[in-house]
Amino acid sequence: MNVMMLLEMASGAFPDRPAFTDGERGLTYTYGELFEAARLRAGSIQAQGASRMAKLDVSNLGTPLGLFASAWAGVPYVPLNYRLTNEEIAALLKRVTPAYLVTSSDRVAAFGALDDVHAVATDAFLDAQQNQIPIEDEWGMDPDEVAVLLFTSGTTGEPKAAVLRHKHLVSYILTSVEFASAPEADASLVCVPPYHIAGIAAIMSSVYSGRHVIQLPNFSAERWIELAQQHNVTTAFVVPTMLARIVETLEARGATDAGMPHLNSLAYGGGKMPLSVIEKAMTLFPDTDFSNAYGLTETSSTICVLGPDAHREAVASTTDAGRRRLVSVGQALPGVEIEIRDDDGNVLGAGERGEIYVRGEQVSGEYEGKGSVVDAQGWFPTRDAGSMDEEGYLFLEGRADDVIVRGGENLSPGEIEDVLLTHPAVADAAVFGVPDEQWGEAVAAAVVAKPGASIDRQALKDLVHDQLRSSRVPAHMEVWDELPYNETGKLLRRVVKASVIEGL
Amino acid sequence: MPTLKTGGRFKSAVCAGEIMVVAASGDDVELTCGGVAMVEAGADAPAGAEVHPDHAVGIAMGKRYITADETLEVLCVKAGDGSLAVNGDLLLQKDTKQLPKTD
Repeated sequence: MNVMMLLEMASGAFPDRPAFTDGERGLTYTYGELFEAARLRAGSIQAQGASRMAKLDVSNLGTPLGLFASAWAGVPYVPLNYRLTNEEIAALLKRVTPAYLVTSSDRVAAFGALDDVHAVATDAFLDAQQNQIPIEDEWGMDPDEVAVLLFTSGTTGEPKAAVLRHKHLVSYILTSVEFASAPEADASLVCVPPYHIAGIAAIMSSVYSGRHVIQLPNFSAERWIELAQQHNVTTAFVVPTMLARIVETLEARGATDAGMPHLNSLAYGGGKMPLSVIEKAMTLFPDTDFSNAYGLTETSSTICVLGPDAHREAVASTTDAGRRRLVSVGQALPGVEIEIRDDDGNVLGAGERGEIYVRGEQVSGEYEGKGSVVDAQGWFPTRDAGSMDEEGYLFLEGRADDVIVRGGENLSPGEIEDVLLTHPAVADAAVFGVPDEQWGEAVAAAVVAKPGASIDRQALKDLVHDQLRSSRVPAHMEVWDELPYNETGKLLRRVVKASVIEGL
Repeated sequence: MPTLKTGGRFKSAVCAGEIMVVAASGDDVELTCGGVAMVEAGADAPAGAEVHPDHAVGIAMGKRYITADETLEVLCVKAGDGSLAVNGDLLLQKDTKQLPKTD
């Protein structure tokens, strides 16, 4: 079992179909060309005696080529975050030596000087006249071989390297994608970072379905709209902040319709989607199917999906519970099981909040040097907090570590944020716990006012009191100009919390 | 034939068909294609064998096939004219649930 097999099948079935197009440079690989390039580069990686292949660059044709060539060479593929500092990158590279590093030409000299790092410029890696060492061996079919090492962005401590084996990735694709199911005219616009699990998943699922990928290396809403129209894009995935920018840009142009009838499906995930953004997006893209995906690096990407029909039903619903589905991440994929447990490990019932546990063939739950955190029955603790309704729709409530424990009562920041966000003056809100002598922790909030609006702290406290309970009312409230997010749209609640605690 | 292990690849002795084992119980079973035992992907197939008419529906690329008790699941990686069977019982085609595109 090897991810190379996915490319072998695609290149066997439709060798002349375009597979990947670099949206900025305009270069394209067909499936047949990508397969042949992987054969040649796999030999180069092997000839260097590398134990890992690292890629430090924006999305380009070297991204899928790197993934498949390293799979063929039998070494893990390690995409690195090119936005880190040089010191941080060097520290990560030292953990994966001897390494074959493909990077932008301006970084070859600096990182190639490190011990046991063989650095190659992306242009040279892609040049068909260079690196011509066809590999002699077949790729390995051991399902337990490591396919990808992904450094997860920890907010504290050094990054952990999540281990994804061929069996996890192949299992995810086989259960969620029908081979060759994409019509020939289908094109997918991929703008997620190449070092994110969604970027890895996008490569594999597009290849297996036979879809043409258009890569957008540096996201901007203007460029996304331009490329989507230029290539008649049919499917795309965005993180919430990207969709918010696209909606803002279209609105600023006075558009009431995005003018993209070709865009059949638009999926989003990676962070909490504000209700106002998804509602506006559904108006601007009336012909588009929306899906919300929830997944983690450790689960080989998506484990839950809120599909297009569920989106439409929620929008049309006349009840609060029905409309709330729109902020759900949907139901578990086939082959994936989900449970909500309390701190003592007891499985909770519908509507009860706890930690989300997941089990399935695609779940790895393993970190290099730290081993597996999956329990004997195969369950992986996600550290995400959430609840499930009677029909198995999952609602995220932030990280389990973010739960506020006030006087022995567990409070969910997400629930309080949702209420604050319903106030017409509030553009954004972060809720977290701060140390409190009497209660252990007290509820604190940082809110952002909408342009032209001003924040009435007492009105917001009254709103939480009326909608929820007195224990949920923020004892501290600060007004911020904007809240910090990571690049996939996750609110950096800990950063806000640390700053507020410092000022207390 | 050798024990079927996850990731193992086998080819038909009677057609172009090839499969990869997705899940196996580890029990010794004989997997046939077109009614004739499959061979390891790199091995030579015995000459002269033909597709048995009762095992001639064929296999399609990208489709998964399972035994009725679901102890064996294979993926067709190259299409062929022969049908798959274990101990004489034909394998069933497993459907992939059509999911919304998410990546």
